Amino acid sequence: MNLFNIIDEIEKFDPELNDRLNPRRAAIKNITSFGSKVAMAAVPFAMGTMLKRAYGATAAPTVVEVLNYALTLEYLESSFYNQGAASAGLIPAAGASYINTVKDDENQHVAFLKTAITASGGTPVTSPKFDFTAGGGTGNGPFKGLFSNYTLFLKVALAFEDTGVRAYKGQAPNLLGNKDILTAALSIHAVEARHASAIRQLLGVSPWITSTATLGNDTGVSQVNGNYDGEQNVTQGPVNVTTLPSISGSTTSVAIATAAFDEPLSMDQVLALLVGTFIYT
Amino acid sequence: MKTSEQESIGGANMARRSFLRYAGLGVASAGLLATAACHKDHKVVVGGGIDIGAKGDLAILNYAYALEQLEAAFYIQVITTPYSGMTSDEKALFTSIRDHEVLHREFFKAALGGNAIPSLTVDFSTIDFTKKSAVLGAAKAFEDTGVKAYDGAGYLIQDAGYLTIAGKIVSVEARHAALISNMLVAGSFAADDQVDSNGLNKSATIAEVLPIANTYLKTKVSATNYSYVA
Repeated sequence: MNLFNIIDEIEKFDPELNDRLNPRRAAIKNITSFGSKVAMAAVPFAMGTMLKRAYGATAAPTVVEVLNYALTLEYLESSFYNQGAASAGLIPAAGASYINTVKDDENQHVAFLKTAITASGGTPVTSPKFDFTAGGGTGNGPFKGLFSNYTLFLKVALAFEDTGVRAYKGQAPNLLGNKDILTAALSIHAVEARHASAIRQLLGVSPWITSTATLGNDTGVSQVNGNYDGEQNVTQGPVNVTTLPSISGSTTSVAIATAAFDEPLSMDQVLALLVGTFIYT
Repeated sequence: MKTSEQESIGGANMARRSFLRYAGLGVASAGLLATAACHKDHKVVVGGGIDIGAKGDLAILNYAYALEQLEAAFYIQVITTPYSGMTSDEKALFTSIRDHEVLHREFFKAALGGNAIPSLTVDFSTIDFTKKSAVLGAAKAFEDTGVKAYDGAGYLIQDAGYLTIAGKIVSVEARHAALISNMLVAGSFAADDQVDSNGLNKSATIAEVLPIANTYLKTKVSATNYSYVA
């Protein structure tokens, strides 16, 4: 199943889709600019289902679909940290307890989500394949060597954590009012944010995302600019929060305004950032 | 001083109206809420305390506003009277956190407009601001409680726009919490006291959070319609 074919199929049923999706479609095409010359990878069935849902004009995803999406992201993270922890000489002693804590949490998230999906009457998706170099299965992507280069490993870890926070946040409205599942999702979301903060501390960057007016990404890793796009937003509801007072005056700086609010990503935005690079079949 | 305060109140009212419209409550209900705001005394309880009000999103936003007022006041004090030996790095971090909390406070004030609870009077007499350990301990308590409060109240929010904004704030609180925890004990950013065996952050109800908040408030905050009276 090819990602573009999926969109083409949907377009047959929804002629307006192309117009509405052009920005997103462009974003998906831009995956190839991520460094991989590999043709768009085929999309696993589960991902195809999610994409159809994400791109379709139909209702919001079901609770089980949201949970399976979350499970897919947790597979990505747990597999990443499991491989990192198993890579001899990668993690220095000073970072070992940090990485182990994160690894254990991610593995617990996988187990918890599987249980929650089953309890919700669904079937947990199986794990897709991952290429943590972002090479779409070639092992030759822009992050090649990450399991023997601690700084590179942390940079990829941070992109996953910050993106994970955005992904969970984006699904909250789809779980509106659902006491058990929304509370659990928010609780995982908070733990991912704790991880992001800690990984940022290991990398020596600020624990929160401090964007400029034009660039969401504050990590200095330009390959993941897309993962941070939108973090530069300063409008919350109808309020441009830079117009609100701060300690230093009657307005608030963009740095404070962007750091004080993390921004969500939709399901299709997240999948576009991952499928064909980090996720493949 | 007074003039600028009045100006800011007017601005907040305008912001509230458009916020409610954005939130999908519409013009009619905004008018209704404005009417309710004329009877502000329903929020005032005997003994000088206040109540977050009738069940609904405005109450939850006022709950968040109360917690953000408390956090902002705490970090303002931390920077105003730094503990002995505060490094420049630590001061920079606490300054950033203070600025985030002040903006959260100002955001809720603007969003709630005439429906906002009043400014709360804090009581930090139990915190020794001259000692690093005391400040970090209190900061951890504020941040961890804040995260648990947002996580625990999320399902009570009825409007998707409000819920998303609460999500935007809680992850920043969690980033603060992880930093403060690591400053106390390196590597404790997701320790068992805050994260359960499923890897989930603990959450807390309004009735669990407000008694903790009230220990630092002269103005006691109640949530009668959420089973807590101070």
